[in-house]
Amino acid sequence: MAGSTSNKLARKRLAWLLVIFIAFAGLITTATLTKVSGATLVPQLALDLQGGTQVILKPTVNSGSVASAEQLAQAVDIIRQRIDSTGVSEAQIVTQGEGADAAIVVSIPGKPSDSTLELIKASAKLEFRPVLVTGAGTSALVTSAPTKANPNPTPTLPASSPIATSTATPTDNSDLNWVSKDLQAQYEALDCSKQFRTPGQVDDPAKPMVTCDRGRTAKFILGPVELDGTQIAKASSSAVTTSAGSATGQYAVDLTFNDAGKTSFGNVTKRLFPLTAPRNQFAVTIDGYIITAPAIQAVITSGTAQITGGFTSDSANALSNQLKYGSLPIGFQVQSQENISATLGSQQLQNGLIAGAIGMLLVLIYSLFQYRALASITIGSLVVAAGLTYLAITLLSWRMDYRLSLAGVAGLIVAIGITADSFIVYFERVRDELRDGRPLSVAVAAGWKRAWRTILVSDIVSLLAAGTLYFLTVGNVRGFAFTLGLTTIIDLVVVTLFTVPLLSLFSNFKFFSSGNSWSGFEITTATGERYVGRGTFREVDPSVSRNKKSLGEAAKRQTIAERKAAANNGEAGEQ
Amino acid sequence: MSKFSEFGNSLYNGDRSFNFTGKRKLWFAISAVVIAISAILPFTLHNGFNFGIEFKGGSEFTITGGASKGVDLARQTLSTSLPGKEVVVSTIGTDTVRVQTPQLSDTNSEAVRLALAKSYAVDSSAVSSSFIGASWGSDVTGKALNGLLWFLALAAILMALYFRTIKMSIAAMAALLHDLLITAGIYGSFGFEVTPAAVIGFLTILGYSLYDTVVVFDKIRENTEGVEHSATATFSERVNLAINQTLVRSINTTVVAILPVAAILFIGAIVFGAGTLRDISLSLFIGMLVGTYSTIFIAAPLYSQLREKEAKFVEAAQKVLAKRD
Repeated sequence: MAGSTSNKLARKRLAWLLVIFIAFAGLITTATLTKVSGATLVPQLALDLQGGTQVILKPTVNSGSVASAEQLAQAVDIIRQRIDSTGVSEAQIVTQGEGADAAIVVSIPGKPSDSTLELIKASAKLEFRPVLVTGAGTSALVTSAPTKANPNPTPTLPASSPIATSTATPTDNSDLNWVSKDLQAQYEALDCSKQFRTPGQVDDPAKPMVTCDRGRTAKFILGPVELDGTQIAKASSSAVTTSAGSATGQYAVDLTFNDAGKTSFGNVTKRLFPLTAPRNQFAVTIDGYIITAPAIQAVITSGTAQITGGFTSDSANALSNQLKYGSLPIGFQVQSQENISATLGSQQLQNGLIAGAIGMLLVLIYSLFQYRALASITIGSLVVAAGLTYLAITLLSWRMDYRLSLAGVAGLIVAIGITADSFIVYFERVRDELRDGRPLSVAVAAGWKRAWRTILVSDIVSLLAAGTLYFLTVGNVRGFAFTLGLTTIIDLVVVTLFTVPLLSLFSNFKFFSSGNSWSGFEITTATGERYVGRGTFREVDPSVSRNKKSLGEAAKRQTIAERKAAANNGEAGEQ
Repeated sequence: MSKFSEFGNSLYNGDRSFNFTGKRKLWFAISAVVIAISAILPFTLHNGFNFGIEFKGGSEFTITGGASKGVDLARQTLSTSLPGKEVVVSTIGTDTVRVQTPQLSDTNSEAVRLALAKSYAVDSSAVSSSFIGASWGSDVTGKALNGLLWFLALAAILMALYFRTIKMSIAAMAALLHDLLITAGIYGSFGFEVTPAAVIGFLTILGYSLYDTVVVFDKIRENTEGVEHSATATFSERVNLAINQTLVRSINTTVVAILPVAAILFIGAIVFGAGTLRDISLSLFIGMLVGTYSTIFIAAPLYSQLREKEAKFVEAAQKVLAKRD
């Protein structure tokens, strides 16, 4: 009766494990067969084992000046954080050369997509500038994209309308006196349909500028910078919903300003609000291109803003990541982009795998020696753990750009120890219960109850390590944290859904319950004293639930042990 | 059946008992000596720790038109012109070989450049040299240390909550520090270069060591529950019994965990001569042994020492000892 329910539970757990296996394998196979980008049947390897792409970024600075070492170091830091925001690929970013030859070399495993390249090299200089003059980027009448701040933008006139120019000193950033003759000529010559900015171009924040929106449909003269990306405390992306909560299919980047930003933004809205169109608009520019130019409809002092305007889910996410980690201190352009071979090569991986396989064989021999027939469960569990790990890292190299490096392989090999420890702890607890005189079926259940607590708390400590390091570190350390977390979760899954139910099913067999000398459960040492105890235990405690009794029981049980230990201590001299 | 199983039985029921907590002064003294040696050795033998180009930056050479001759030629050339230095060689694009070495002086750098040009039979102008920065720079290290401190603080809090005593956290952290110092010291005294892989190895060890300590501490928690009411055993005896009762588990786990690492270290590195694998498996191998040792000989005895002076345990122990006499 008790046996049959525990058997049912054991079968249910094994069924769950099968479900997980089929789900993972099915997901990977389906995605690969339907050619979902990035999905493969084998895990992706990191830079050291597989090579990848090397992108050399040259700083774009005005002739005569050079990028300083601090600027380069800062750029490396920001680029690393941006790459980390896309997954755990463990890219390598270094500075190369000095002075005028300086460059940043980014090595990424595999082939970077256009959006990854954009993410790396974009300066992501976010600026808010007041609109002074606007007109069609080409000759057609245009409407700028509707925005949250301005849901119904009025069509703007073609650029033919005359612009007043002035030589007087401007009084504030919205002053039309900024529009000099030079600027006017630039504005009129500007054709948005052509390339009008050099890559990595940097604009003087204290001066007005001419530019186009990203859709290249309208051109603008913008006043000096009111506030910039350094005044953003937080950036995130979200799907835009209507007031009723339904999705509009649009995506937005949400910004929260810091205190300084909050004040400047409030002041801008205060100044722009009473002005006439288009001077009541401000433009949000990223690297000189206007993303949106909404009109001010209220004075905003809350310190938050939402940018909309033709974002996809990906581009909104990329922009918010760029803003989150700050803009690059200098502009960059891609100088070269070439394949790079693995630094370690397949030989190292192969050697590692051969040595690992030999190690596994030694583990097999040792467990046979230690656990006899039980070794089948040990080895089975390790094989299941290996299979699950393979599926998980394959899935994650598709979903999270996880790349297996040589250090990662070593981490997985150490994980063998931690996984094996779970069932070693369990087996030893079962043996302890047997030593206390319980029959195997009871010992298996009671041993698990006590082992589970130990396994859970030690794995939670490991998960805590993994989580903390994952969120607080960058690069290789973050990759390590990811591997640690992954293998710990797999350990928990394997021990609960495979080792435990299997042992519980095995305990039904006479071979094991009789304590056959090959079963691994033979506990034959002199138990004369305890045989008395065994009968007692059986009477009061035939089931698993022994918690209430445990204190008194422990006292009884440990009497012999303690007496002996005390005797030993006595010999050792108690001082 | 096996002697080992009898060994386990006798440890469990107390027929056989190793006095781990009682002889703690000896263990602490041994560890203090080992720590002192491992702090000195890297400096007396190898001029301190030898950090790799990933940490310090270095020199880089590119050989245009050399890819057809392969990367091993560059390794051979460098092994004669820069003996004993770790180099990283890879191909870039279709025809370029890239060689990264530790930072070289201008004269050395020129010599290497000419040697590479000669080996690859290209004009010396086809080999360019420049400096490269550290890929594992101070910002990566800074964030790693920050993350590590947070993790240790959180782990200490979690353990204090679970075990209901801060003293287990203190003992565990002391053991971690012990492991880190010894592992780093022994690694350094081999004179191997400190690579990112080795650092990841150290981190793995920290995780493993803490895990191992928690497993044994959980048994100690179980054994010492209500010990102040026991008429037969003192606190430190119960701690010692817990270590003895988990000794078979500690031995089995260590053997199983260390076999694959040892296989990589000895077979992989000695037979195949693997480079990076040698670094990481060495740090893992030392760390696992030290981690297991510290749980049994440092963390648990230290915990016993920290707590047995508590009034309730002293009182209980006096009664127990009085009864024995």
